[in-house]
Amino acid sequence: MSEKTKEHRYDSGLAVVQSGTVKDPGIEPHRVRMTDKSAKHERNASRQVAAMFIASALGSAFAIYAYFAFPITTELGSVRSNTFFLGLGITLGLLGIGIGAVHWAKTLMPDAEVSEERHQARSSEENRARAIEIIKLADQESGFTRRKLIRRSLYGALAMFPLPAIFFFGDMGPNPTDVLKHTMWRKGTRLAKDPYGTPIKASDVTVGSVFHVIPEGLEKLGADKLEEKAKAAVLLVRVADGVLKETPERAGWSYDGIVAYSKICTHVGCPVALYEQQTHHLLCPCHQSTFDLTDGCKVIFGPASRPLPQLPITVDAEGYLVAQSDFNEPVGPSFWDRSNN
Amino acid sequence: MKNRRSPLAATAVIFMGLVLSGGTYAAANAVVNHSNTSQAATQSQIDEGKKLFLANCASCHGKDGVGTSAAPTLIGVGGAAAEFQVDSGRMPAQASGPQMQVKPKQFTDEQVDALVAYVASLGTGPAVPTEEMIAANGDAVRGGELFRINCAMCHNAVGAGGALTEGKYAPVLSGVPNDHIYEAMLTGPQNMPVFNDQNLTPQDKKDIITYLKYLEANPSVGGYELAGLGPVAEGLFLWILGLGTIVAITVWLGAKSN
Amino acid sequence: MAKSTTAKKGGFLAERANFLDERVGVAGILKEFGRKIFPDHWSFMLGEVAMYSFVVLLISGTFLTFFFQPSMTEVIYNGVYGPLKGAEMSIAYASTLDISFEVRGGLLMRQVHHWAALLFVASAGLHMLRVFFTGAFRKPREINWVVGFLLFVLGMAGGFTGYSLPDDLLSGNGLRIIDGMVKGVPVVGGYISSLLFGGEFPGHAIVGRLYSLHIMIVPALIIVMLAVHLFMVVIHKHTHYSGAGKKDTNVVGYPLMPVYVAKAGGFFFIVFGVIMLIAATFTINPVWNYGGYDPSPVSAGTQPDWYIGWLDGALRLTPSHLEVVTGPYTWAWNILLPILISLVFLGVVAAYPFIEKWITGDDREHHVLDRPRNAPVRTAVGAAGVTFYAVLWAGASTDLIATNLRLSLNQVLTAMQILLIVGPIVAFWITKRTALSLQRKDREIALHGRETGRIVRMPHGEYIEVHEPVDKYELYKLTGYDSFAPTLARPNEDGKITVKARMRASLSKFYFQDRVLPATAVEIAAAHDHGHDEEPKAIEAKPVRKPAAKKAPAKKPAAKKAAPKKK
Repeated sequence: MSEKTKEHRYDSGLAVVQSGTVKDPGIEPHRVRMTDKSAKHERNASRQVAAMFIASALGSAFAIYAYFAFPITTELGSVRSNTFFLGLGITLGLLGIGIGAVHWAKTLMPDAEVSEERHQARSSEENRARAIEIIKLADQESGFTRRKLIRRSLYGALAMFPLPAIFFFGDMGPNPTDVLKHTMWRKGTRLAKDPYGTPIKASDVTVGSVFHVIPEGLEKLGADKLEEKAKAAVLLVRVADGVLKETPERAGWSYDGIVAYSKICTHVGCPVALYEQQTHHLLCPCHQSTFDLTDGCKVIFGPASRPLPQLPITVDAEGYLVAQSDFNEPVGPSFWDRSNN
Repeated sequence: MKNRRSPLAATAVIFMGLVLSGGTYAAANAVVNHSNTSQAATQSQIDEGKKLFLANCASCHGKDGVGTSAAPTLIGVGGAAAEFQVDSGRMPAQASGPQMQVKPKQFTDEQVDALVAYVASLGTGPAVPTEEMIAANGDAVRGGELFRINCAMCHNAVGAGGALTEGKYAPVLSGVPNDHIYEAMLTGPQNMPVFNDQNLTPQDKKDIITYLKYLEANPSVGGYELAGLGPVAEGLFLWILGLGTIVAITVWLGAKSN
Repeated sequence: MAKSTTAKKGGFLAERANFLDERVGVAGILKEFGRKIFPDHWSFMLGEVAMYSFVVLLISGTFLTFFFQPSMTEVIYNGVYGPLKGAEMSIAYASTLDISFEVRGGLLMRQVHHWAALLFVASAGLHMLRVFFTGAFRKPREINWVVGFLLFVLGMAGGFTGYSLPDDLLSGNGLRIIDGMVKGVPVVGGYISSLLFGGEFPGHAIVGRLYSLHIMIVPALIIVMLAVHLFMVVIHKHTHYSGAGKKDTNVVGYPLMPVYVAKAGGFFFIVFGVIMLIAATFTINPVWNYGGYDPSPVSAGTQPDWYIGWLDGALRLTPSHLEVVTGPYTWAWNILLPILISLVFLGVVAAYPFIEKWITGDDREHHVLDRPRNAPVRTAVGAAGVTFYAVLWAGASTDLIATNLRLSLNQVLTAMQILLIVGPIVAFWITKRTALSLQRKDREIALHGRETGRIVRMPHGEYIEVHEPVDKYELYKLTGYDSFAPTLARPNEDGKITVKARMRASLSKFYFQDRVLPATAVEIAAAHDHGHDEEPKAIEAKPVRKPAAKKAPAKKPAAKKAAPKKK
């Protein structure tokens, strides 16, 4: 199909070269527009274009007016009017110019298609020859190919020089220690209500209740409050007698049908906060991992792999729920050495 | 509680908010607040309720509300649970399914009150809240915070609803009357957990209602909301209407003028 | 100098032009580019939409930087928005609220910026699809395809870094997911997470770091790539659709000055105007509803912006229990698998021009676009890719699909998993068959003309439908394309058939086994000259000459058609 330059021919690969293809009749003849034929239409079109531009100017003027006429007060509705009227004015200012210009081009500027020659990307043979000559000359003068020692040591230097930059990222954060494996929970830490930190009595937790829990004292932490909360958040649920299927090693971890599980999904860390009272399923709203609360929070659906870690709980002398210890495994998403204790 | 408004004023505010947000049907419910629910039930109400119960509920919940294999016992669920279920139209249930649906309610207000009185007489359980307990004049800041911690994971940050497992869902909260919101928290209907008064105190519940009613009364300042469904709705809107409009314009731009 | 004196008399334009030319020599540039020809077609404007959205992003984003403070230091909010008054939050979130509620036009600009971002990536994606389905990526434009691909990826990066800046509950949970994914990377995951967040998640560093990326690095890279992209468009000149007069050696369209300056310049204002209109009337990302970030709460319907949706979908559609623990080390395949699949998908997209070129061996320059039907397998591969992407994308909203269509969340998710495998195959098959059918129809029309719907009774009693021959321009459009034939695996110089050769042979078979050759002038003449009874032979005879042409085109070659009768 394409005409080749004299110097070279490109391989057409697997293309089937057909003989006697239909001849290209050339560009279709130009259809004359109304605005080309009739002075009246032309006049109308030019008026329309001007009207668009005038409307645009008015729109911009209105936007300035709206900036002052619709100020923002303490009333929320004022934000809405400010946004709306300011936006409307600017919209008119923009669309007026845009539609006017395009209308101008379509109706009043020539619309006969013209053809222009296209050049192939490949340079002419003279230019290529000259380029090769230059490269060879440069190589010869510098001895780039000839002086192997210089060349190779340069490669080495170039490979090395960006490496310090990588180390410069080192102080962006501390090396991960075993912080991921521990949370704020200690033996005797009271379970408290999120967000205000009121401690919870076992008697407060009726069957079917769900409490969103933080360790007592978390709300008083300073700068690292959110980091601790991101690991320590717990969901506390009480189920009816006989519903829990507890393994022997976790027999003492619940208290009178009250269980506490980490709220941080073992998939990628969203809060698994959706508790269904009748099915006892815990659902993560981000990726739909579903855990069975009655059966050690094992995964029954969705992309998670591991059960939610359980917080062993009991009550203290005053009847408040307390942790027996920290979680016995790292909470949250998997990481490389999480099983390395 | 700082500003002491009459309950009527609060109702009027809610009414205006609801009309603004277009929940006319729900508004009708909110206005018809049960003026007599806080009063002690009379014996005649209980008797009337018992009749209604036998006719409409006993086939599943059993005579005297003892429960059957088809439905749980109602002894001790309290008047709050009964009012929530019947007044919202969820009960009597139409068909079994993953979840009981909201329907136009089947009883008059007096009949609802009678049923509530009867169920409440079956055993001790959470009572129907008073006017003052459900008035939306609490602290919206606390309410918002508590709502996000305790409710938003199922009902969405603006109460637009969300999915649960196996076809169940957390319903949209916009337009739900104050008393139903309160009763739902208190009794934990169906798969919703219970938020007893030790978990969310009556003041907490009032604050949450205040926050939800604030959201209803104050539509988004940025313009039309896309059902509060967040980035997915925004993306769909952009592709269909935004990019659709622009493609239509490019077609006009590329077409020859006649 | 004589020139300058004469030019001065030329009026307003000439005077300015002269001033500039005598100082910077603009006449030479104008001479070179002023009348450059651009072909006109609506689908050629999609890339412009992306570019203009980017300009809008720069304008609105600059405004936002004047007010936004990328700090995660906790403050007590004391602004206008009632339901958050007195709440503890980061300065980043508080300043976002202030932009929304206390700066005139601030919320408008936030909404302009966010809508423009969604449009930027969407129009870039649509532009990529146009380029793909018309074969515009073929030589000499392969590099520009890769540059465009990088722009698309940079668009996603720009979008995500921006989405995370307000430090609200929604974006915070998005970052938490990123943290979870990063931690899942074997060996270095924990280190990268710690470096990224400056310690434990969420830390106090991430917003500031994302801000540097969002307002400097990503836009700078986009600007550089955009410059390269446009520079190459100028070098190559724009492609044009196949049609009469459109050749690989010319470009047919309108001159830059004045038509394109008016059209494309005007179009910028239109795109800006449409974004402004949407921003003035539709809420986007109402951050005040979400509250500041707190690791404990989460909102139902927590989703990323649309362009990240497919990655989130990949995470959701991964089956349960993929994690493997070997000794002390954990392989989080439930995270690694979706990451790898996404990377492979992106890799194939980026490398596609080179893959296709290797299969066809076609080393010619192509400036005339393919009609999608004339490259049936490429079009079908594209449709399969689009379906794969779309299922992943839909996978990110399984919960919303379930609630809005009253379906079970679990069933929707399982259906998506099946669809992810089956969907692309079905889409491939349907698209390929449709393209081949359309080609046959084209051939039919070229040979016998269009059906007019006019039924004529012949003297001997037969009823025929009159066919009207198409004009020469239409005829050229229907027949002016290249067809490709599969190749065999041939031995190399050592007489061995390499694996590479075998692969290429089977791929070429996959691509070109089923094909329809364009009607040639001879066939058309034959179809017109002979009575309709002889037509079948005339058509079949031609392709038979080529041994590879198994598919004889035009299965029912118009036994009942009598187009030439009118002559």
